[in-house]
Amino acid sequence: MARQGVVVEPYQRLKLEQVEQIHRASLAILTDPGVVCFNRNAAESFGDHGAEVISIDQGAAACWLLKIPEKIITDAVQSAPKVVKLGARDENNCLILDGREPRVRFASGSEANNWLDVDVETFVSKRDPGIEVDFPVFRVEKGTVDRLARAARLCECLDSWDSFLRTLNIQDDDITDDNKDVNKFFASLNNTTKHVMSGLTELSQLSNVVRMSEIIAGGEDKLRENPIISFITCMVKSPLQLINDTTQKAIEIAKRGIPLVISSAPQGGSTAPIREEGIVAQINAEILAGIALTQLVNKGTPVLYGSVPGRAGMVDLYDSYGVPEFNQYNIDCVQVARYYGLPCYSTGGVSDVRVPGIQASVERLFSHILVTLAGPQYIHYAFGLLERTNTFCPVQAVLDDTHIGMVKRFVRQPTVTANRISESLEQIRRVMGTSHKLYVRFVRSALHSGEIAPPYPFEGKDMVDETLLRARDRMEKILSLPPPHIAKEVVDKVFQEVPGLLTRLRN
Amino acid sequence: MTEDILALIKENVVQGRVTQDDEGLEEEMVGQPGVSELTEKALAQGISPDDIIKRGLTKGMDIVGQKFETKEYYIPDMLASAEAVGVAMEILEPHLAKSGIKSKGKIIMATVKGDLHDIGKNIVSILLRGAGYTVKDLGNDIDPQAIVDAVREESPQFVGLSALLTSTMIHMRDTIQALAESGLRDKVKVIIGGAAVSEEFAQSIGADGYGADGFEAIRVVEALSVQ
Ligand code: B12
Repeated sequence: MARQGVVVEPYQRLKLEQVEQIHRASLAILTDPGVVCFNRNAAESFGDHGAEVISIDQGAAACWLLKIPEKIITDAVQSAPKVVKLGARDENNCLILDGREPRVRFASGSEANNWLDVDVETFVSKRDPGIEVDFPVFRVEKGTVDRLARAARLCECLDSWDSFLRTLNIQDDDITDDNKDVNKFFASLNNTTKHVMSGLTELSQLSNVVRMSEIIAGGEDKLRENPIISFITCMVKSPLQLINDTTQKAIEIAKRGIPLVISSAPQGGSTAPIREEGIVAQINAEILAGIALTQLVNKGTPVLYGSVPGRAGMVDLYDSYGVPEFNQYNIDCVQVARYYGLPCYSTGGVSDVRVPGIQASVERLFSHILVTLAGPQYIHYAFGLLERTNTFCPVQAVLDDTHIGMVKRFVRQPTVTANRISESLEQIRRVMGTSHKLYVRFVRSALHSGEIAPPYPFEGKDMVDETLLRARDRMEKILSLPPPHIAKEVVDKVFQEVPGLLTRLRN
Repeated sequence: MTEDILALIKENVVQGRVTQDDEGLEEEMVGQPGVSELTEKALAQGISPDDIIKRGLTKGMDIVGQKFETKEYYIPDMLASAEAVGVAMEILEPHLAKSGIKSKGKIIMATVKGDLHDIGKNIVSILLRGAGYTVKDLGNDIDPQAIVDAVREESPQFVGLSALLTSTMIHMRDTIQALAESGLRDKVKVIIGGAAVSEEFAQSIGADGYGADGFEAIRVVEALSVQ
């Protein structure tokens, strides 16, 4: 059994005709102005398949202008699988992403530099020193392997969190570019039995990461059947440039047939047009170019359509996630991906503000609700992210899990059927016949079967907001549970065969 | 006549229009000369570069600054205006030397090796140009050696380095070291910025300054200029 997520009746912001207009605009962009490519292998691949490749002089780095014809794109859209399986150590946690079905799953994301701890301090009223109140105060810490492992353990225990996308940039003193990949993957895999996804820091580490995953999955074939890991490759630099380094990584990953996300993250107003039709046409062209490359390299490679369109903030041009346009861009991309039948890796749930609180809740819930309604197969960034993805807060992630649970309840399909209507009529007639005229008796089956929502779990009693304190209690409870570590023999084998692992990560 | 054209330059700086093809904030400005055409015209009419700068460009920028302070203008407005001033300064540069006016200074900007993030560096470059500095932007993913070469060739007063990744900020130190090894370190002031770095980091690698944003970049450069 795979994780079920939630199936929605997709909210269609764009009419089909508008989706088609975007599609045609993207095709037009791919031939004029075309895509600037800094990777020789990619340029050759496109050239071999009929793209016009023009060598251009842009300073020191070699680069080419690619004019990509429609045929390459339509072939790629056809050959890219419509269903992508993301495996998991516990196969019950795998995800079957079908680009044609609006079934939504939720994942974390970002490579946040900061980890935000919530402490509790008691404050005394100046007016009346008899009044004492516990308040959350915040402490910024660096991302480390140990904290990454803790985030994975939270993921394991939180119901709405379907897949663990590395949340932190690990900055321990003994972590270097060369051992970062194996350690971040190991710390994640060893602490959750859900699917693990991450970017690749060093191409030279790809073999080690894959070898580790094979051992954990139970062999090469097993990993193919149950890909417990996948990669995100951010090969596009908007506007319309394929970066040398990440493009090469995407090529190598595609050759191995491991699932990969082709993501692009333009900012409306700085690296893409600010109006939705402009940014969506551009990002779609960028993602299609990336997907096309994976299919040229290895036809049938499982890819996700990774749309991460943001809007630039007007005060400082920093990326902004709390604005309404963010949702419009993202919903449009989900619709475009569905038009192609490709599984969509979409974006939602980030706050611009640095700490949990009212602004954070409004901003993240806004996109949690709206992007979910659009029905992407996978929403990343959905847990714990603050300060425009630069901070991961585990207590916030606990809150997000609850709030996403509420959103999932809301979007569930209505149950209006003739049968249920007659049950309701029956109830109404019976209650009207009682003296108390209350329906409480009839609530119980829905309540105990989990059909209706439980009370908000973090509500305080007094005239203070205790949400964060209670969410923090929940987090601590989860972190006191035994972690779902990989069996000792398997860990031994991993440590024998895979270089670069920190010994302190051994169970 | 002189007053008219300087007023137009000022107005077009406020409107953030570089050329006649640019839209302004008011309707129907497309087709009317922008700051670059007006600057050329003013020079042709014999107006001194000093007047163009002080009574046209700077006056315009002052208004833009006020509008920014009062939140009528946002950063895209500020950048559009700064870009217009930057382009005018480029046009004026050869004439400045002739009329014996010293330029404010030259800055080499680069995002360091391994790092492709350049939005922030580009903003800083535009704002510095708008403030009257000559900026040579080397681009992103720039090797320490390429920066050393550029310093040797261009003899700037400043080098501005940007990094957004914790894994690339270390190349700022490498760059400063490479400058020292080439005997160029005391010829330039090195300022750094970007989301990965901080004032403390700047001190720890022996940089001369740190700027959290483009406006601070200008302040830091101006402060270091008086020293
Ligand atoms: C846009 C973006 C990208 C774009 C870059 C597009 C471009 N043209 O620059 C793309 C998609 C290409 C990209 C790629 C990657 N990115 Co990126 N990116 C960002 C993002 C979202 C915004 C950065 C930005 O432009 N901010 C807006 C500008 C205006 O701000 P700024 O750069 O800080 O500049 C201001 C100041 O710092 C200062 N300043 C800047 N430079 C200078 C210089 C001087 C001299 C001075 C005085 C001042 C100064 O003034 C500026 C104006 O106010 C950040 C997240 C974030 N919120 O910061 C991640 C982020 C920086 N990226 C990140 C990562 C991980 C990556 C990738 C590794 C992803 C991957 N897995 O492939 C790649 C790396 C590519 C590479 N080798 O560089 C991480 C970095 C974490 C870390 N390891 O340190 C971040 C923090 C996101 C995250 N939380 O995960 N990214």
